[in-house]
Amino acid sequence: MRESAARERREKLKLFLTNWQGVFGLILVLLFFASAIFAPWIAPYDPNAIDIPARLSKPSAIHLAGTDQLGRDTFSRILYGGRVALKIAAIGVSVSLVVGLLLGMIAGFGPRWLDNLLLLVFDTVRAFPTVILALATVALTGPSLAVVLAIVIVTSIPSYARIARTAALSLRNTDFIMAERSLGAGLGRILWHHVTPNVMGPLLILGAMDVPVIVTVEAGLSFLGLGVLPPTASWGTILNEGYLVIRDTPWMVIAGGIPLILTTLGFTFLGEALRDVFDPRMGRGR
Amino acid sequence: MTAYLFKRLGLSMAVVLAVVVVLFSLLHMIPGDPATIALGPRATPEAIARYAAKMHLDQPVWKQLVIYVGNAVTGDLGVDVFSERPVTTMILERLGFSMSLVFAGMGWAAVLGIPLGCLAAVKPNTWLDWITGVISVATIAVPSFLVSIWALLIFAVGLRWLPAIGAGEPGDLGDQFLHLIMPAFAVGLGWVGYLARMVRASMLEVMGEPYIRSARAFGLKPNKVIFGYALRVAILPTITLIGMGFGGLISATVFAEIIFARPGIGKLIFDSVMARNFPVVQGAVLVATALYILVVLISDILIAMLDPRVRDSL
Repeated sequence: MRESAARERREKLKLFLTNWQGVFGLILVLLFFASAIFAPWIAPYDPNAIDIPARLSKPSAIHLAGTDQLGRDTFSRILYGGRVALKIAAIGVSVSLVVGLLLGMIAGFGPRWLDNLLLLVFDTVRAFPTVILALATVALTGPSLAVVLAIVIVTSIPSYARIARTAALSLRNTDFIMAERSLGAGLGRILWHHVTPNVMGPLLILGAMDVPVIVTVEAGLSFLGLGVLPPTASWGTILNEGYLVIRDTPWMVIAGGIPLILTTLGFTFLGEALRDVFDPRMGRGR
Repeated sequence: MTAYLFKRLGLSMAVVLAVVVVLFSLLHMIPGDPATIALGPRATPEAIARYAAKMHLDQPVWKQLVIYVGNAVTGDLGVDVFSERPVTTMILERLGFSMSLVFAGMGWAAVLGIPLGCLAAVKPNTWLDWITGVISVATIAVPSFLVSIWALLIFAVGLRWLPAIGAGEPGDLGDQFLHLIMPAFAVGLGWVGYLARMVRASMLEVMGEPYIRSARAFGLKPNKVIFGYALRVAILPTITLIGMGFGGLISATVFAEIIFARPGIGKLIFDSVMARNFPVVQGAVLVATALYILVVLISDILIAMLDPRVRDSL
C-alpha cells in the first residue's frame, strides 16, 4: 500500500518534470522567491540612494536597468519591489485560503439558509470590480499596504470558498463520511480529517494561480498611488514614476513591467502544470 | 423559463441592494465624522453643520440609508460636494466614453479570439493551433495596465502614430475613433488569448460528440457543422466567461481611462477619490457595479435560453 503510493508520487513527479511549461514556471517562481528574499545581498545599490547627476540614465554596466528621476538604481528598486510583491502574495494567499476553506466548509455542511446567505455574500463581493472596490475603500482610509492586503484577501476569499463548498457538498453524502458519522465522529473531526485533505490540492493549485492576480493588483494600485507609497520601492511605484517621465526615458516603464510579466508567466505555467498533473478533471472544458 | 427569470432577477436585485448597503456602511465604518472627512480638518463648524444637514447626517444611519436608496431609485444620486452639480448628470455625461471603450475592447477581442479558437480546435496540432497557444499565453501574462503604458510608450511617444490623451474633439467622429484605438487595444488584448483558449477547449470537447459525427455523416458542409452546430454549444462556457470576466474588464477600463486621460466613469471615480468627493464616488461606484451585475444577469439569461438544462439548476 505504502509502496504503491510512493510509486504514484514518483510517477507524478516524472510527469511534472516532462512538462516544459511547468519546469519553466517553477524556475521563474524560484527566481522570484530568491530575488525577493536575497534582495539586500544581490542589490548593487541602496534602493533609496539618490544620485541626481546620474538621473534618468540608460541601462549600462554601472546601472543594469538605468536610473530613475532621482538617480536611484532601478535594478535595486526592482529587487526590493519584489519583496513587497512577495509579502502581499504570501500573506494574501495564505489568509484567504484558510478563511475561504473554513467558510466553504461551513456553507457546504451547514444549514441551507446559511449556505444561501454565504453564496449571496460571495456573489456580492465578486460583484465589485477589484479596482473599483479598492478606489472606494482608499477614498475612505487613505492609501497603505494594509488596505491593499485587505482588498486582496476579501476579493480572493470567494473563489477559495466556492471550491471548498463544492467539494464539501459532494463529500457530504458519500459512504465513507456516512460511515464515519455512524461511528460517532463529530463534525470537527469529519471536516478536519476527511474534507480538508480532499480539497487541499485544488485549493493550493488555485493559490498558485492566484499569486499573479494578487501581484498585479498590488502593482496596479501602487501605480495609481493607492497602495505602496513612495519612496518605498514597488513594481507599481516604479511604473508610476516611469509613466510620469515617459517622454524623457522609456527605460523605467520597460524595466518596471518585465518582473511583473515574468512573475505572472511563472505562476500561471506552474499552476497549470500542477493542475494537469494532480487534478486533470479541473479546468477541462471550463 | 419564467420562473428562472424571476429567481435570477430577484437574486440580482438582492446583490445590488447588498452593494448599496456595503457602500453606505463603508462610509460609516471608518472612524471620524463624515462631514469632517469630506471637508477636511480645517473646515469651520458652520460649514460642517451645513454639510451635515444637507447630506442628512443629522438623521440616524438607517434613515440615511433609506433616504439614499429612495433617492437612488428615482435617479437622484446626490450632488458634487464642490461644484454642486447633480451626480447623475455627471455620470451620464461620461457613461458614453466608458461604454464605447468596453464594447470596443470586448468587440475586437471577440471578433479575433472566437474564430481563432475555432480554427485552432478544428485543426489541432498545426502551426495555427501553435500560434494561438503562444498568443493566448503571451496576452494573458501581461496585465492590462501594463499594456496601456507600453502601448502609450510605443505608439504615442515612440512612433507618434496615435494621440496619447483625451477622447477626441466632441463631434469629430474620426478623431474620437483615433483616441479610442489604444485604450480599446489595451482593454481587449488579454481577452483575445483568453477567449481563444476557452473556445478551443470547449470546441474540442463538442467536436467529439456523436451528434457532430451524425451531422457530418449526413453530408452537411464542414462550415455548417462547425459554425452552425458545434459553435452553438461550445460558445456557452464562453458567454459565462464574458459575463464573469466583466468585472476584470471594468478594472482594465478604469486603468485605461486613467492612463489615457479618457473622461469616462473610471476616471471620474479616480479623480473624485483623489479629491475626496464622496457623493460622486458613491454614485459612480454604484452605477458601475449595477452595470456589471446587469451584464452578468444578461449573460445568465442568454445561457438559460440557449441551454434548457441550466434553468433547473437555480
